[in-house]
Amino acid sequence: MNTKEEACAGVKDGSVQKKNADDFLELGGRRFNSRFILGSGKYSLDLIEAAVRCGGAEIITLALRRANAGGKANILEYIPKDITLLPNTSGARNADEAVRIARLSREIGCGDFVKIEIMRDSKYLLPDNAETVKASAILADEGFIVLPYMYPDLNTARDLVEAGAAAIMPLGAPIGSNKGLCTKEFIKIIIDEVDLPVIVDAGIGRPSQACEAMEMGAAAVMANTAIATAGDILMMAEAFKKGIEAGRSAYLAGIGRVREHGGEASSPLTGFLHE
Amino acid sequence: MAKNDNGNNNEKVNVSILNDTILEHQKQARTDHMQYLDDMEIINSDIQDRVIERMKAYTPENFTKSDVLKALSHDICTPSDFEALLSPAAGFFLEDIAKKARKAKERYFGNSINIFTPLYLANYCENYCIYCGFNCYNKINRAKLNPDQIKKEMEHIAASGLEEVLLLTGESRKASDVEYIGQACRIARQYFKVVGLEVYPLNSDEYNYLHRCGADYVTVFQETYNSDKYETLHLKGHKRVFPYRFNTQERAVIGGMRGVGFAALLGLDDFRKDALATGYHAYLIQKKYPHAEIALSCPRLRPIINNDKINPMDVHEAQLLQVVCAYRIFMPFASITISTRECARVRDNMIKIAATKISAGVSVGIGEHLGDETKKGDEQFEISDTRSVDEVYNAIIELRLWPVMSDYIYV
Repeated sequence: MNTKEEACAGVKDGSVQKKNADDFLELGGRRFNSRFILGSGKYSLDLIEAAVRCGGAEIITLALRRANAGGKANILEYIPKDITLLPNTSGARNADEAVRIARLSREIGCGDFVKIEIMRDSKYLLPDNAETVKASAILADEGFIVLPYMYPDLNTARDLVEAGAAAIMPLGAPIGSNKGLCTKEFIKIIIDEVDLPVIVDAGIGRPSQACEAMEMGAAAVMANTAIATAGDILMMAEAFKKGIEAGRSAYLAGIGRVREHGGEASSPLTGFLHE
Repeated sequence: MAKNDNGNNNEKVNVSILNDTILEHQKQARTDHMQYLDDMEIINSDIQDRVIERMKAYTPENFTKSDVLKALSHDICTPSDFEALLSPAAGFFLEDIAKKARKAKERYFGNSINIFTPLYLANYCENYCIYCGFNCYNKINRAKLNPDQIKKEMEHIAASGLEEVLLLTGESRKASDVEYIGQACRIARQYFKVVGLEVYPLNSDEYNYLHRCGADYVTVFQETYNSDKYETLHLKGHKRVFPYRFNTQERAVIGGMRGVGFAALLGLDDFRKDALATGYHAYLIQKKYPHAEIALSCPRLRPIINNDKINPMDVHEAQLLQVVCAYRIFMPFASITISTRECARVRDNMIKIAATKISAGVSVGIGEHLGDETKKGDEQFEISDTRSVDEVYNAIIELRLWPVMSDYIYV
């Protein structure tokens, strides 16, 4: 553990900044400085560019069913060219449909990234893990960089690793609910057990929750509704950026332990060993 | 209390629909509206019984202000909360209800508003629905577009930037058969991403055929869920058969359609009971078929050719807003369409609060999109919001919402 002097020395000679600068999110062989994945599609398209900049995001998700190539209100025209597109397969009800949507996405020039979203429930929009594993295997085989959205279940996460996924995207709470890390314990298990980057995907409603996910060791956080439904979208995008960065720094720094009872026992149980 | 000729209690009668001819016709003997006809598919479903039972048991006046407050405090709206939100007591909390509805809408849709337009292919009709401009006894100009005319109309609509079209016909299997509708779907797929249907009810294999032709959404209005009242309004034709119409959405889902739409025509009967039945019907379909996308409409009665007096009785704007908000809170994920039956002011406010879908550049006549000279058949009802696609598009942006032309991929 760093002493106060060592930390200050680090700030002086620049090694702390260097440590952050060396910290990349790596997905499918590509490196990203930002660990904030921004959603689109729930707010005005003419705010996308500003939201990306305020949030410092380098990846933006996009529902392929919203892409309206050549048409009116085409979302693709509003996304800055230096930002990596992460098209999703929303609208797919099974693996077969997800695969077809992903292929279409590649055809219209949306790149090799794909976020697999398979839902056969129009009410809560919960992902179908079994179908997600199937689609991941097929698309990874076809050279896609596969990021599957899933319900945080360790066995499924392991199957997704096996299937060739580039990251795991467990949900924190039902999509759009802004309820935070309801599935915290299970996401922790996945972070502990799975070597791929774990990106907390749905339900994150506040920067503090994004920060908490990052402190736990999540590789990135994705947020959409929390930003889209904020009073000031751009300010909230910036707040998320700060929350995510703070959480990441805390994770890298190593969180101090919590002392449940306010101090060490005066006569330790193992004291007898030294008698 | 008025009694109809079958001796049923008929508490709410919308007299604006009636005239001497209709009153005469209502006295004539009629077929049993609960009996399926030979060509009608019967599916195994208990949904109709459950909806009717719940609607019959619903007494809107029994709900108190405290029931409404309880419903407003709940995270997930139960069917009984939905009943409270539709009750007269909820009228006192309309502002709170609107706020909750807007929150629910934002959670699922953000600020997105879908735009579409209806295209009437034909207005031939074999039914006698006494409130409808297309009814077979109403003397109007009848027409049906041929494939070439359909193509031209669609080209014109697509040029406005629209990506979603809703194909409608009058309810005549003879004049507009399933193959004709299928042909229209195939043409529509060349011009639009999303093709919906609002045609006469069909069997599940026919829905499957139309799905393969490119359609993925089916809307059928039940008009009223009170079968006794239904029978006095729909005097002739296939539509008279209440249960076949009721089970349409389920047959469409079985046939492979992605989404189904529901509505009661508000103003025909007790609108609170009809709204309850509409929402509960949709709720039970979604429960049985969780993947099905649910859509709701909230049409109010409008004047028609040869009766400009028709009005929605006691469903004023406040009641309409209450119904739409209750739908939104009960089914936050559902698409809710606000029709051109309403004026621009009401529509714009509805999409701000609870509705998520709006039509634009609407014509409810036949062949009218290309202009008055090409109009071949008369309108189903009088529309109130005549704004073009661009006007509606810009109005949405002015409201700080965002117009979405397509949110769908045919897979």
